[in-house]
Amino acid sequence: MKIDIILAGVGGQGILTIAAAIGTAAVNKGLYIKQAEVHGMSQRGGDVQSNLRISDKPIHSDLIAKGGADMILSVEPMESLRYLPYLKKDGYLITSTKPFINIPNYPELEDLMKAIKAMDHHVAIDADQIAKDEVGSARASNIVMLGAASPFLKMEMSEFEDALKELFGRKGEEVVEMNIKALRAGRKMAEK
Amino acid sequence: MQKLLLLGDEAIAQGAIDGGMSGCYAYPGTPSTEIMEYVQHSKEAAEKSLHRQWSANEKTATESAIGMSYAGKRAMACMKHVGVNVAADAFVNAAITGVNGGLVILAADDPSMHSSQNEQDSRFYGDFSLIPILEPATQQEAYDMAYSAFELSEKMNTPVLLRVTTRLAHSRSGVVRKTPKPELKGSLPKDTKQFILLPSIARENYKKLLAMQPEMEKASDESDFNRYEKGSDKKLGVVACGIAYNYLMENYPDGCPYDVVKISQYPLPRKKIEDLKENCDELLILEEGQPLIERLIRGYFDEGKPIHGRLNGSLPRDGELNPELVAKALGIQLEEGKPIPEMLAGRPPALCPGCSHRDVYNALAVALEPYGDGRVFSDIGCYTLGALAPFNAINSCVDMGASITMAIGASDAGLVPAVAMIGDSTFTHSGMTGLLDAVIKDSPIVVIISDNSTTGMTGGQKSHAEGRLFDIVKGLGVPDVHIRAMNPLKKHHETNVQIMKEELEHKGVSVIIPQRECIQTAARKNRAKHKAKKNKNI
Repeated sequence: MKIDIILAGVGGQGILTIAAAIGTAAVNKGLYIKQAEVHGMSQRGGDVQSNLRISDKPIHSDLIAKGGADMILSVEPMESLRYLPYLKKDGYLITSTKPFINIPNYPELEDLMKAIKAMDHHVAIDADQIAKDEVGSARASNIVMLGAASPFLKMEMSEFEDALKELFGRKGEEVVEMNIKALRAGRKMAEK
Repeated sequence: MQKLLLLGDEAIAQGAIDGGMSGCYAYPGTPSTEIMEYVQHSKEAAEKSLHRQWSANEKTATESAIGMSYAGKRAMACMKHVGVNVAADAFVNAAITGVNGGLVILAADDPSMHSSQNEQDSRFYGDFSLIPILEPATQQEAYDMAYSAFELSEKMNTPVLLRVTTRLAHSRSGVVRKTPKPELKGSLPKDTKQFILLPSIARENYKKLLAMQPEMEKASDESDFNRYEKGSDKKLGVVACGIAYNYLMENYPDGCPYDVVKISQYPLPRKKIEDLKENCDELLILEEGQPLIERLIRGYFDEGKPIHGRLNGSLPRDGELNPELVAKALGIQLEEGKPIPEMLAGRPPALCPGCSHRDVYNALAVALEPYGDGRVFSDIGCYTLGALAPFNAINSCVDMGASITMAIGASDAGLVPAVAMIGDSTFTHSGMTGLLDAVIKDSPIVVIISDNSTTGMTGGQKSHAEGRLFDIVKGLGVPDVHIRAMNPLKKHHETNVQIMKEELEHKGVSVIIPQRECIQTAARKNRAKHKAKKNKNI
């Protein structure tokens, strides 16, 4: 078993939390993981990505090679397209459709959506809206996206839920519940 | 033993704690910051009361670590690659003094300049300082090396350079811990003159350092971190340093067909390299950084067997390595995914909405109108982002502290008034001595110390300047009337422009201090306060 994921978004959108949840679930399952993050200057509202690799055998490289990713998991539509050269021909593009516009030359959303829908395997959902509807706060939208990706990650729902309990446990029962709800909502949307 | 999911940086911190470290010394700098942060958050470090406060800069950090080593305890100084330049005086001389307690200097290099001004390779410092260098390939090795480096340092009687690069520093993987070692009790050096680098003593010490070189090479040859792995195809032999080894192996899921020498400890294990050269027709040298080893093996006249690497174009001359660059050098064709759609826009980093530096730049733009462009010397920090649109506000960013001193030089050349833009943490790192130069000459410059009361770019570490800026500036001799406070808020824009205009007209040194806490740091403090309150209520 081996899954290579590129997580994409804008600094502050919470992709490292997604990575931590998948990573925790994988480690608890006894799998090997490597997860390269972006820290420093690029975090100031710029584009950020994280390479997450999971395998039942030892992993060599911290970076995924071009054409090697099984999945791009993005919390922002434009950012989902920035790493296409890394995606395998039959890889999945899973993204939130809610744009994060902090630059003057942001492309037309319609054009972005056309490019996303042109991908053979894609899941595109408005994670912000789902998070607002289901748990009353857009802040959990990153976990909605984790839910949307979960059917393709070869792990059980309960394993992700346990990881969220572990990650958010010290923030209180309420936060754990909210995130588990967000996870389930994302999963439901992806299965549709 | 327990398996932890750690960043390379965190693995180093945990390894050092378990290896008997008594003190960690550092100034924040990407990609090294998380080492000290991990030590600061570690319960074990707190229980042992290990030293774990930030230093004013990398030089003071390294010197403090040397002091702890002198007193017979194990110390580590951590910095980014350009920080090694700041610490270089202490670093190089520490090889001459030798150590008492083990001394580890951690350099985190940033090839491809993700968050840096250059991509210098710190191994060169270790090489000409004649000390052992450790370069982990994995998070586990990072832990193991930090754990054992103090003993290597004590055995060789030199500091040990532990060198990582961005990808390992900021990548997470599983790490298994070893049994923690106790700290050393502390003792004075046996040779009471060891640390006195008078020329007569330094010459003796240097001869001892030279005499240790064969011992260091032997240690490299025998080290578990260096390996000769035999392959079946003798067409090529590969020397793979540090994480470059991972990129090599990534391309051969079923095992590399060629002979490989994996290098993670220097000086080079000469015997292994000789064997590789003997056994294989051609060599490929993979280094994450500059071609230090390639140059050495290739030689000036390049007359031996064909050697492939960064110097002959098999690999790019600059930037970090990755699996596909190494694949190309091996003649392996990878199939890329779809191209990036042309419509995609870049998303460069930017000053946060509500950041005080924004208000400073907005006021400065108006105040400088009568004088024309090209006179704002900036420094290293979030405010360097003032270089980008819409501000386009600065004309230089060279090294820590250079804003003030470059403004002095430019004003000496007749560019008057010249403006220096520096942050509070950078000012106490390397700006104070430059300001003293300006005071002595009464240079016609305006120094803006944009005080957001934090070390912002690296994630909001405590600034040494907090609550002390006015006293420091006054103490350095700037006249009271030309030390101006400023409140960087939109509603004070007119007043702020006026203050700047007045000081720009002054034909001597002025310091303007706009003070407003970094909004990220303030938010973090608020969250912590909120959490503490909540916990109390439970």
